[in-house]
Amino acid sequence: MKEICLNFNISWPSLDFMVDLTIPGQGVTAIFGPSGSGKTTLLRCISGLERVKNGHLSFNGEIWQNDKIYLPTHKRQLGYVFQEASLFSHLSVLNNLRYGQKRIDSSQRKVSLDHAIELLGISNLLDRNPSKLSGGERQRVAIARALATSPSLLLMDEPLASLDNKRKQEILPYLQKLHDELEIPIIYVGHSPEEISRLADHLVVMNSGKVEASGALNTMLNRLDINIGLGEERGVVLEGEIGEVDKQWNLARVDFSGGSLWTPNSKMAVGKKVRVRVLARDVSLAKVRPEQSSIQNQLLGQVNTIIDDERAGLALVSLSSGYSSIIARLTKRAINTLPINLGDKVWIQIKSVALIDG
Amino acid sequence: MLLWENDLQILWPTLKLATTVTLLLLFIGTPIAWWLAHTSSWWKRPINAVVALPLVLPPSVLGFYLLLAMGPDGPIGKLTNFLGISSLPFTFAGLVVASVFYSLPFMVQPLLNAFELMGRRPLEVAATLRASPLDAFFSVAIPSALPGYLSAIILTFAHTLGEFGVILMVGGNIPGSTRVASVQIYDHVEAFDYASAHRLSLVMLGLSFIILLILYIWGPQSKKETE
Repeated sequence: MKEICLNFNISWPSLDFMVDLTIPGQGVTAIFGPSGSGKTTLLRCISGLERVKNGHLSFNGEIWQNDKIYLPTHKRQLGYVFQEASLFSHLSVLNNLRYGQKRIDSSQRKVSLDHAIELLGISNLLDRNPSKLSGGERQRVAIARALATSPSLLLMDEPLASLDNKRKQEILPYLQKLHDELEIPIIYVGHSPEEISRLADHLVVMNSGKVEASGALNTMLNRLDINIGLGEERGVVLEGEIGEVDKQWNLARVDFSGGSLWTPNSKMAVGKKVRVRVLARDVSLAKVRPEQSSIQNQLLGQVNTIIDDERAGLALVSLSSGYSSIIARLTKRAINTLPINLGDKVWIQIKSVALIDG
Repeated sequence: MLLWENDLQILWPTLKLATTVTLLLLFIGTPIAWWLAHTSSWWKRPINAVVALPLVLPPSVLGFYLLLAMGPDGPIGKLTNFLGISSLPFTFAGLVVASVFYSLPFMVQPLLNAFELMGRRPLEVAATLRASPLDAFFSVAIPSALPGYLSAIILTFAHTLGEFGVILMVGGNIPGSTRVASVQIYDHVEAFDYASAHRLSLVMLGLSFIILLILYIWGPQSKKETE
C-alpha cells in the first residue's frame, strides 16, 4: 500500500484549509499553486510541525496521525528542506550534516553521510561555517542534511525560491539526481513550471486551501479542463529516449510514443531516457503538410478538445499524436478561418522543444 | 594600610554575592525568558511587566517590600520559618534572595531577545532531524543563544556588583557578612575619608570597565545570520 493518505481541516482567519488527498507513496509529487494557497501548510501538517485537531495521516500504511495517535515530528521518518536553508549557525557544515544522522539508529542508516555529501557535491565545504557559504551551497547542505537521516519521505518547500536563476540551475541537477537515484518519495512544493516539469511524476494543484486537481503529471498537463495557472508556461511534458545524435548539426532525436522530435543537443548518449517539454505557445497547426518550412518538427495528430485560454482571443487545442498529447495555443480567428474542428487530422508544427536533462 | 586591607576584604563578599546571584539567575531566568519568548498567553504581558519592574522601581522601595516579605510575618519569612531556616534579613542569604529579584531583568531581557531573534525555525529544523524538544533545547537553542547568555551573565554580574539601595535595606551593613563595596564607599564618604572612598571607587570603576570591555569585545556584535 504505497500511498500517502491525508485529511486536514483548519479554519484560520487567513486561510480555510480543507484537504482530503491521496498521493502515491513513491516518486516525486509536486504541489503547485499560487502563494497563500496552503502549500506550505500542507507540508507542515504532513511533518507534524503544524498540529491539527482531528487530522488524519497515514504514510505507506503507517499511521502518523488519527483520532488516537499523534506521532510528534521527531518520531516521523522524514526529511524537511525549508525555503531558507536554516542551517545551525553554531555548527560547521559537517556537524550540521551529522546532527540528524547521529540521532537515528545505525540499523536505519540507508543513506550514508558520504553518499549524501557526494550526491550534493559538497565535499569541499565540510569544515566551513554556514555563514561563509553562498545561498546555493547552503541549500545543498540543507538537502544533504535531510538525506543523511535516511528519511522514508522527503518534504521540500520551494527549496529554490530564495535563489537567483543561476543558483537554481546549479541545484536543479542535484534534485534531478535525487529523483533518479534514491527511492525516497518526495513531496515538492514549487511554483516554477520548469522545476515541476523536470522533477515531478505526480501533480497536485492547490488554490485557496483546497485541492483543485491531483493526478499523474502528464495527465494533469494534458487536461484542458483544469486551470493549473501556468499561463504562458502551459505545455506538455513528453517522456522518451534519445534515438539518434546528429553530431554535424548538433541535434538529438527524441523518440516518444507519439513520434520523434529533434532538439538542439549533441551531448546526450543514444538510449538515454529523457523528458522534453513542449510549450503550447510554440506549437502551430496546419491543415496540409507544410513543405519548405523552417520548422522541422512536424507530427500528424488529431484534434481532441478546443477550449478558451485564460487570455482573451486565444484558445487551447489539445491534440493526440500516437499515445501522446500535445497542446497548441492559437488565436480564435485562426481556428475559425482554417477552420479547425474536433476530430480533424492536422499537422502539428513544433517550433521549439526543450530537452530537460535526464 | 590596615584600612586598605579592610577594603580589599570587602571585595570578597561583593564578588561572592555577584557570582552566586548570577549562577542562580541562569537557572531562574532561562525558563522565564524561554516561556516569554514562546508563549502566546495573555499572561505574557503582566509577567513581562513584573520582570521589568526592578528597572524602574527605586531600589529602596523594592528593598522595603523585600524586607517585609522576608520578615517574620512576610510570606518568605513564614516559608523560611516553616523550613527551619533562620530568618533572612541581615544575612548573606537574604542579600542573595533580594539581589535575585533586583537583577532578574538583567538576566531575562538579553535571553528573551536572543530567544526571540532565534525564533522557532531552528527548533523545527531540529525536530525534523529527529531531536526531541528537550534535546533540541540543549543542542540548538542554548548554543544559538550563547551571545545572549554572555551579555546576560555580564550585565547581571555587573549590576549585582554595583547595587546599593536594596542591600542597605535588607542586608544592613554587617562587616564580613553583608557589607559590600558600594556600601563601604558610602561609609567612607560619611566619615569624610575621601582617600579610602577614592581607592575603593577606583577599584570598582576598573572592575566595571573591564567587565564591560569583555562584553563589547566578545559579546554579540549583531552577528546575525544573513540567511
